[in-house]
Amino acid sequence: MLDMRNVSKIYRTTTVETHALRDFSLDVREGEFVAVTGPSGSGKTTFLTIAGLLEELTHGEYVLDGVDVHGLDDNQRSRLRNEKIGFIFQAFNLIPDLNVLDNVEVPLHYRRGIGAAERRRRATQALERVGLSARVRHYPAELSGGQQQRVAIARALAGSPRLLLADEPTGNLDTAMARGVMDLIEELHREGATVVMVTHDPDLAARAERNVHIVDGMASGIIEEPSMRPAVRAQGEGAFRIPGAED
Amino acid sequence: MSLYHLRLALQALRNSPVLTALMVLALAVGIGASMTMLTVLHVLSGDPLPGRSAHLYYPQIDPRPLGSGGNANPEPPGLLTYIDAENLLHQGKAARAAVMYQGGDVVQPPSGSALHPFVVNSRLTGRDFFSMFEVPFRYGAPWSAADDAGAAHVAVISQKLDRKLFGGADSVGRMLDYGGHSFRIVGVLAHWRPVPRFYDLNASRFGQVEDVFIPFNTARALNLGIEGSTNCYGRPGKDLDTSPCGYIQMWVQLDSRRAAAAYKRFLADYSAQQHAAGRFQRPPNVRLDDLMQWLAYRHVVPDDVRMQAWLALGFLLVCVVNTVGLLLAKFLRRSGEIGVRRALGASRRAIFAQLLIEAGMIGAAGAVLGLLLTMLGLYLVRRQPSGYAHLAHLQPSMLLATLALALLASLVAGLLPAWRASRIAPALQIKSA
Repeated sequence: MLDMRNVSKIYRTTTVETHALRDFSLDVREGEFVAVTGPSGSGKTTFLTIAGLLEELTHGEYVLDGVDVHGLDDNQRSRLRNEKIGFIFQAFNLIPDLNVLDNVEVPLHYRRGIGAAERRRRATQALERVGLSARVRHYPAELSGGQQQRVAIARALAGSPRLLLADEPTGNLDTAMARGVMDLIEELHREGATVVMVTHDPDLAARAERNVHIVDGMASGIIEEPSMRPAVRAQGEGAFRIPGAED
Repeated sequence: MSLYHLRLALQALRNSPVLTALMVLALAVGIGASMTMLTVLHVLSGDPLPGRSAHLYYPQIDPRPLGSGGNANPEPPGLLTYIDAENLLHQGKAARAAVMYQGGDVVQPPSGSALHPFVVNSRLTGRDFFSMFEVPFRYGAPWSAADDAGAAHVAVISQKLDRKLFGGADSVGRMLDYGGHSFRIVGVLAHWRPVPRFYDLNASRFGQVEDVFIPFNTARALNLGIEGSTNCYGRPGKDLDTSPCGYIQMWVQLDSRRAAAAYKRFLADYSAQQHAAGRFQRPPNVRLDDLMQWLAYRHVVPDDVRMQAWLALGFLLVCVVNTVGLLLAKFLRRSGEIGVRRALGASRRAIFAQLLIEAGMIGAAGAVLGLLLTMLGLYLVRRQPSGYAHLAHLQPSMLLATLALALLASLVAGLLPAWRASRIAPALQIKSA
């Protein structure tokens, strides 16, 4: 599903060269729940932005769901990002001027061949899935942090992505809300979603199947955490699908 | 996607009403100022005879004596003497030609009319005047070639005069008392208002056409007075027609460039002949401008109007630059949202299109307000005392041009901000959004 081999990312300015990732390799299989951990500045976020096709790698190879991303232009990368990846951000990153339903519909607007009715149906189902169908007309500012993150998860799910990329998904939440959000992510994983979560919190990382630790841009070790095994897997595919949704 | 962009643009504009209003106002003021002056320029610099102007020429020769004060202006004078006008008219090989001058005298209303005698302007010319300039007739037709040759007492009158004297009825065959002479009316013009009044730029350049048209030969035979310009290069005698005085305009129709070149050679040959005969002191000095060249040569569009148009366009540029700054601030303030959209699958092109549509909507609003300001500007121009002021009306073509200019200005203003915003790195924004 996500196959990075010897990936390096170097940020260059006129005077400084920063190696954010060095010779980093990771293979995430379909249906896995992997936590990428490490201290601040270790390269977790760089890994996430490269995995999410938000930045280009400097060296190495990255194959996402069978597509070699090297050499893709911005349009191709954007389309791949839109179709294959669902993002869950630490700061939720909902658009404050849009209501909940419109926020969830945003990624679907950038996908070809989805009409207004289908968009609405998928967004509504995604919101039902995260338990927020009663809040579709609310604006982000009218929701709690936990609810906002649920909306963000619904937005990530609405496009039926192959991979969920979560960046410190509970970082801005209190304990009770964080638990609810993590329960939801685990539930999605049990239903077959492939999840890669970046976190510096060992307790959260412990809920993943596998932990990858990054230090100074390098994978320092891959730790198997058998505590969480998916109870249910989608048959024959790894994409999370909302019942009735079609690509 | 476009409808989505439109909706987003509307929402974005509503979310920052003050900034939006500032940008719309900046564009509208720039559009209003520039379109007001461009409309005036357009009206004044338009082709009064589209499709025919390239075939109509204004011949000039130089009969001035040496040291007559004309040394300051090397170009030949714009008016012909009677002798030269007659010679050119009868020797030239133009397809059509008309000599003319402006007169003016008293019209005596028909008996039984409640009107008092009144003064009108007249054009004393040949019958080709009407066909060369495609003058429309409401009743009747121009006088005949025989009328021209025989100095017949015939006249063509304007629609305005026909209404005044005869209530707008077909007055062909009725008599007109002009300057104490009786003329049989042979034609009544339909509405005709060439802008500028190209055929005689010595009189009111943007005024109305004359009310009475009488054959040139008739006018000279009756010695009808001259109301237009007269330039004498020496001491005039009792008879203006034998004096060294120019007062006649001449227009010729030449249907090809070859014909025009031949006619110009004819003018030079004629001048050389007159020079050899001792009548012209100067060597041949001729001009032959077509209608539009003639208007440019005579600076029909006042220099101050051109300057004001340039100033107004400069002002529009300032407004556009101002709008660029405001749009840049507006778009970059939304870096977080743009980063999120990019992360969710929007390409740079999609973001660019979204923001450009937003700029276009500002342009559309600016166009509507700019149109109102243009109309206000033209109203203010019409209240000025200049000769062309009454012509300052918004024409359909300029209305469309206003809308197009506003949209273009807003899109140009939006290009840089939209491009800059579309290059926002999503990776940086999603952490801080």
